[in-house]
Amino acid sequence: MNKYSKNLLTFFKNIKNLPLTRSHFTYFPDRNVKKVASHGVQKMNMFQAINSAMDHALEEDGSALLFGEDVGFGGVFRCSINLRDKYGKDRVFNTPLCEQGIAGFAIGVANTGATAIAEIQFADYIFPAFDQIVNEAAKYRYRSGGIFDCGSLTFRVPCGAVGHGALYHSQSPEAYFAHTPCLKVVVPRGPIKAKGLLLACIKDKNPCIVFEPKTLYRAAVEQVPVGSYVSEIGQADILRKGSDIILIGWGTQVHVLLEVADLAKKELNVDCEVIDLVTILPWDRETIANSVKKTGRVVVSHEAPLTQGFGSEIAAYIQDKCFLHLEAPVKRVTGWDTPFPHVFEPFYLPNKLRCLSAIKELMNY
Amino acid sequence: MSALRQIHKVLRCSSNVAAGLSRNIVPIFNAARCSSNVSSDHPSMFPGAKAPFVSEPNFTLPSDYSPIPIYRVMDAEGVVNPSQDPNLDRDFVTKMFRDMVLLNTMDKILYESQRQGRISFYMTNFGEEASHIGSAAALENRDWIYGQYREAGVLVWRGFTIEQFIDQCYGNVADIGRGKQMPVHYGSKDLNFVTISSPLSTQMPQAVGAAYAMKRKPNNDSIVVCYFGEGAASEGDAHAAFNFAATLSCPVILFCRNNGFAISTPSHEQYCGDGIAGRGPAYGIATIRVDGTDVFAVYNAMKKAREYVLRENKPIVFEAMAYRVGHHSTSDDSTAYRSAEEIEIWNTTEHPISKLKNYMKKKGWFNEDEENAFVKDVRKQVLKQISVSEKKLKPNWREMFQDVYHEMPEHLKEQMGELEKHVEAHPDFYPLKNFKA
Repeated sequence: MNKYSKNLLTFFKNIKNLPLTRSHFTYFPDRNVKKVASHGVQKMNMFQAINSAMDHALEEDGSALLFGEDVGFGGVFRCSINLRDKYGKDRVFNTPLCEQGIAGFAIGVANTGATAIAEIQFADYIFPAFDQIVNEAAKYRYRSGGIFDCGSLTFRVPCGAVGHGALYHSQSPEAYFAHTPCLKVVVPRGPIKAKGLLLACIKDKNPCIVFEPKTLYRAAVEQVPVGSYVSEIGQADILRKGSDIILIGWGTQVHVLLEVADLAKKELNVDCEVIDLVTILPWDRETIANSVKKTGRVVVSHEAPLTQGFGSEIAAYIQDKCFLHLEAPVKRVTGWDTPFPHVFEPFYLPNKLRCLSAIKELMNY
Repeated sequence: MSALRQIHKVLRCSSNVAAGLSRNIVPIFNAARCSSNVSSDHPSMFPGAKAPFVSEPNFTLPSDYSPIPIYRVMDAEGVVNPSQDPNLDRDFVTKMFRDMVLLNTMDKILYESQRQGRISFYMTNFGEEASHIGSAAALENRDWIYGQYREAGVLVWRGFTIEQFIDQCYGNVADIGRGKQMPVHYGSKDLNFVTISSPLSTQMPQAVGAAYAMKRKPNNDSIVVCYFGEGAASEGDAHAAFNFAATLSCPVILFCRNNGFAISTPSHEQYCGDGIAGRGPAYGIATIRVDGTDVFAVYNAMKKAREYVLRENKPIVFEAMAYRVGHHSTSDDSTAYRSAEEIEIWNTTEHPISKLKNYMKKKGWFNEDEENAFVKDVRKQVLKQISVSEKKLKPNWREMFQDVYHEMPEHLKEQMGELEKHVEAHPDFYPLKNFKA
């Protein structure tokens, strides 16, 4: 038994002393908030930050429309609250309950150059719109030789585990879309990022999907810049520097990994570098490769199932570009290859203990 | 009388009233009713429907509705109902006729050129020329068109050139679409014709969204027309489009080309209701059905439809009945599922071009020699263009990586670089001489 195993064993023995929390993660607020000129910051949770982003978008751009199921009264997650009153019901409105219609309608709005912000109520229900998104939105510019596009289109899509969402209120379908050239796909980890990414996607000249981890809507609270700002699409964030191993995640899982990094330091004396990938497509290969070359060990972690999850793409890229730097195989800690279950959720999620075990395994390799 | 029968009766009545009010306005829309004849002491409070109670459990049967009639102006002999004559001048009618003939002639040659292996694929428009030209002629060029794939006549009317059609089919360096799509997937920004894509019906909710955005423009004077076949109307996107167009009040004409077949599937295996028009009122949309082989009927109805849509900011369902005279595509032999005799009827007496020809003869506007010379000239142009277009180089192969995104991301630049090196190393393996350097 080496030092890592021994430390981990002690940790597992003491596990009963860990406090029981409602959710599987502890939120780590962003600390390095960049100053946004002429405006201060305000305490906001994630749905308020998203609301603020859409408020800016609707105010700055008279062509911008916001629509989806139940968007009018404020949205089932309150993201669009008060916006209909402020901008009128011709700009903020309910659609019939039909995801393929929402997506197709949004594409048409964007074809004319107007800005479309379309909400799909849950990521689990984006599949009826899959054809419109994959065959149409994504390929518009390419197939027309650039004469038509729907670049002014953004989908907002609540995603991820929420504790009791079961099969159809928990999914993380980012990998399905990552296989589609021409889309941009981002996942914010908290309010500051959510606002900046959403505004960046709305302004971006390509169809974008923002997957918003819905468990963070209320749980995540930060000092969010009040003004309008954008977070760069395609740029990963190194949230914690470390020299032994890198942990890559996105969305809620970033917070699991930040806690794991603390635990690994405390229990195993392992220095973890934690990276929020932020953008699934097109993803920041350079930041990842540079970090891997430094540490030689990698854990990729996501809530979505293992097989063909986006972790596979990252792992394959790392073995291709960092082969001689690797000290251990790339480890993926993910949801299992099952539908997302109801009562078994605590056993399904790639929680901190599973991540910690993976770190131990790689340090021992 | 069942409730639905009653409503149906009211529906017909309202049409008659409309007819009385606007005797000189030719086609009549069967205005769909959002509210019905509910008596004032009616106790029903259901938010989902405004309807009276009845005391018998009568089912409403499909047969309780009479089918929506087919509006027709001109018979097979080219005789026009005088009250419906749009009185178009000679030049206008001649353009209609010649555009139909041009399309028909180009189709015949491009079909053959596919059979000879010169282009990879083709779809003809035989039998549906009148619905393209009649509808396009009633629109303004600023109106946006979303099509399915069998609407090339709309482009002909708007001035898409033989050169542009054939360059697209060859995917050469002059193709607006940069050689990325199959033949007949045309598009033109200048002509407000949104690029065709293969997935059926996807354009329908898109057209509705575009119409919504147009409606919001100050002093909007444009509408959107969305063409689709009766087979495509079975897709979920068609339902989405009908319902969104109605609930969100969009100035869009949903133009169905009902030609009786979706590849081999006859329309009676496609639906059991009263065609596609029968669905319009159910969505709360004003609806009309016309003879799609009668260019004047299509023209008159579209003219009215455009006015209605623009004035009311509401949609219209427009069903043009026709017959798909040609095979579905060059990959199909339609005699495997229908008789040659049946096709022949629609290719002769019931053909849209022959009907308009008869009309022009009666007017003394038809000159056999001039028309033969016109057809000969079009044939010459098309054949010449084929030889010119097939000699044009294809676009630079690097364009394969362009327009994926607005800007080329790093990973695509790398992949293009990888292919560049590979092609340099194996130049003989690739058809480089056919592509622009």
